[in-house]
Amino acid sequence: MDKMPKWADVILTPLISLVLAMAISALVILAIGESPTEALKTMVDGALGSSYGWGFTLYYTTNFIFTGLAVAVAYHASLFNIGGEGQAMLGGLGVALVALALPWPHWGIALPAAMIGAALFGALWALIPAWLQAKRGSHIVITTIMFNFIAAALLNYVLVNILRPVGSMDPASARFPEGAHLPSLADMAAGLGIEWGKNTPVNITFFIAMLACVLVWLLIWRTRLGYEIRAFGRSEPAARYAGINPVRIIVITMLISGALAGLMAINNVMGEAERLVLNAVEGAGFIGIAVALMGRNHPFGVFLAALLFGFLYQGGGELALWTSIPRELIVVIQALVILFTGALDNMVRMPLERIFLSMRKLGNG
Amino acid sequence: MAAAAKQGGRPETAAPYAIELKRISKSFGPVQANKDIDLRVPRGTIHGIIGENGAGKSTLMSILYGFYKPDAGQILIDGQPITIADSQTAIRAGIGMVFQHFKLVQNFTVLENIILGAEDGALLRPSLSKARDVLKQLAQEYQLNVDPDETIDELSVGHQQRVEILKALYRQADILILDEPTGVLTPAEADHLFRILEGLKAEGKTIILITHKLREIMDITDNVSVMRRGQMVASVKTAETSPEELAELMVGRKVILNVEKAPAAPQAPVLEVRDLKLVDDEGVERLRGIGFDIRAGEILGIAGVSGNGQTQLLELLGGYPEKGATVSGSIRMNGQELDLTGTRSDARTRRERGIGHVPEDRQVEGLIMDFAAWENVAFGYHDQPEYQGGLLMDNARIKADAEKYFEDFDVRPRNTHLAARNFSGGNQQKIVVAREIERNPDLLLIGQPTRGVDIGAIEFIHRRIVELRDAGKAVLLVSVELDEILALSDRIAVMFDGRIMGERLPAETTTGELGLLMAGVTDTENHPASDGIPPEQNHVEDLPKEPR
Repeated sequence: MDKMPKWADVILTPLISLVLAMAISALVILAIGESPTEALKTMVDGALGSSYGWGFTLYYTTNFIFTGLAVAVAYHASLFNIGGEGQAMLGGLGVALVALALPWPHWGIALPAAMIGAALFGALWALIPAWLQAKRGSHIVITTIMFNFIAAALLNYVLVNILRPVGSMDPASARFPEGAHLPSLADMAAGLGIEWGKNTPVNITFFIAMLACVLVWLLIWRTRLGYEIRAFGRSEPAARYAGINPVRIIVITMLISGALAGLMAINNVMGEAERLVLNAVEGAGFIGIAVALMGRNHPFGVFLAALLFGFLYQGGGELALWTSIPRELIVVIQALVILFTGALDNMVRMPLERIFLSMRKLGNG
Repeated sequence: MAAAAKQGGRPETAAPYAIELKRISKSFGPVQANKDIDLRVPRGTIHGIIGENGAGKSTLMSILYGFYKPDAGQILIDGQPITIADSQTAIRAGIGMVFQHFKLVQNFTVLENIILGAEDGALLRPSLSKARDVLKQLAQEYQLNVDPDETIDELSVGHQQRVEILKALYRQADILILDEPTGVLTPAEADHLFRILEGLKAEGKTIILITHKLREIMDITDNVSVMRRGQMVASVKTAETSPEELAELMVGRKVILNVEKAPAAPQAPVLEVRDLKLVDDEGVERLRGIGFDIRAGEILGIAGVSGNGQTQLLELLGGYPEKGATVSGSIRMNGQELDLTGTRSDARTRRERGIGHVPEDRQVEGLIMDFAAWENVAFGYHDQPEYQGGLLMDNARIKADAEKYFEDFDVRPRNTHLAARNFSGGNQQKIVVAREIERNPDLLLIGQPTRGVDIGAIEFIHRRIVELRDAGKAVLLVSVELDEILALSDRIAVMFDGRIMGERLPAETTTGELGLLMAGVTDTENHPASDGIPPEQNHVEDLPKEPR
């Protein structure tokens, strides 16, 4: 018998965690002499109060969906991929190489090609840690972390020495050709005769991210590969008993995970910056870990959690802009949410389980 | 009380027993690991405790060493009642324990390991030099020679064990408990160990030796106690007993399970195993040349104390030997040679060749406990063509099969959407057995089919196994339950130490004879078989997680 109903597990628990995190954040804001209600109002208005705010919130959400899905897929095979950051960086390199390779006539052709580039580079960056884990037993947490640093150094080198246009002082690639510019949601809305989200970075990649959620759900719960991934993740001895090859599962899962992280670059590099810059990922790879944790490694949960973190990012930015709350405090608020929803999950879950158990006993007795 | 236990030169008359246990009981959930245990160990003797795996020996010793708190009963050390709350109390009371799996820090030196936890102050140097002197003295006294500056990973297993003994002696242990001490030793090392133990005994130390090897008991102990299913069934003087009697006591004579079956009608051989050897990644030989045939329409039962290679045999036949193991020999299935290495040696290929497998541990291997029951019905067969519906799996088909299996095997509750962990042990086992039998394999490997399974399910599963045999299939049954082996098998092979000690027909043998074979005593002569590196013994197995 499950300890508590599913809705309590997937909705109530994170919700209570969130409220707790917000309560402590409010105390901190009070302590520095600002008004928590004003702060919350600024955040909500700034992130959700206008199509402009939504445009940014959904842009961040898109990034976090990809990195969150990357962590979630690996998690189902019991692999903790902390390398989303590096894989997304390399994905950016893949996008840039594809976008700059040809004078693309139309984004409809450039997009699939860039997706392949992003996924391939992200996947290959995950392949080496995967191989080391599968064949040598090197722990994937350690290797993926190290590969984040290698990726940063590599990108630095490539941008400064290879991709930087002659004469430019900026360690960034050339601008992508016109035909490789993705339509923003504002463009698409304008096509429908609606004015929405002008000058915001959210673009067509948002829909690709939602599609990715559906595809990941199908992969994990409806395909043979997903079945093998989940079985391996739950019990390696059982997987071997069933004739599932652990090496194969580790490698394939990490390839998929790396590809998903890499695909984030479609959003930030191709959709927003339209060139490759240093530190384009901006920590989204790590936020992905929190998103997957909070979303219970389920694609729909990842979507919701990504939305929440998108809101926190955009709302936090607004807070820094309109109040005297320092930017560092916004990081504190985000950290509190991660702490409560991820790390301190059991603090809420266990009392809840006890409550539900005693309620059931009452119901029975 | 600790001080009283430790003072030297106690009056001989005051307390005749170094250790006395009175009605010790301990249960883990519904499992009674120890029940009303009485034990008296006179000072200056070697006392053997013998019993099958899961008999409760290790639990009892863990209670004595403060790892578990007994539910009831009393412990007396040198006549003084004592509550052993933790291992520190046990050490202060003069008890030293040598575990089967050594508790040594691999990259520390011998000396550092010996003072670990017994350092006298913040600085190590004084303790180290004191330990060096004590060590020198002990080494001379008991032939316990070990280089104090060698690191543990440079030492042989036998020497590592000596370090464990030295650790106990350094802490001034008067009572030394050794848990399956020869389990990891070569015969020469074991002999040396026994000389050391004799020396310790001569110095007045009390030694408790836990083992399931009759030879050791007969060779070295003064008294022996036999445990069976959590109870102390006998305590006798070693000189007044015989290996036969001990074997009989150890295995016990239980009511023969009632399985109705017609005489077997064996046909052509299905499985032919020749000279199968397996060396694990630590270099220990787990299988030392196994050979047998199983013919269509017969059940071959493999009896033996667990840890004598049965697990390795099942895993190897099932296509998933332990990682890093080296395998040689030959397995023929329906006349075709099976690959022992490479990609065609995996469990998937074995299933294609018609081998079904009910693994010994259904919760770790046979089922994914968090998966729904219906998902488990496809486990191992998930790549079968009938379960594929294009890109996605045909879950409707799997669910339909699950419903059918649940109906055929009367699995309760009849809800295929519950997670596997929500079923009782017997119903979990029914799911696994259903999955493997309904595929109609030419050969069914079945390990511990009724471990932790309730009586009703036992009968049901037994009947299904016999039905499979009557349908002309071959069955390899591995069980530590001698009753089960006797009730089901058409032929019985006994495994000990990676070898098959002999084959018997169930009608022409006795539990006593099988018990001797299980303890490594060969049938022709009445003395022990050559005792090489003996079997793996995981002492955790002695703490059953579920009723057997």
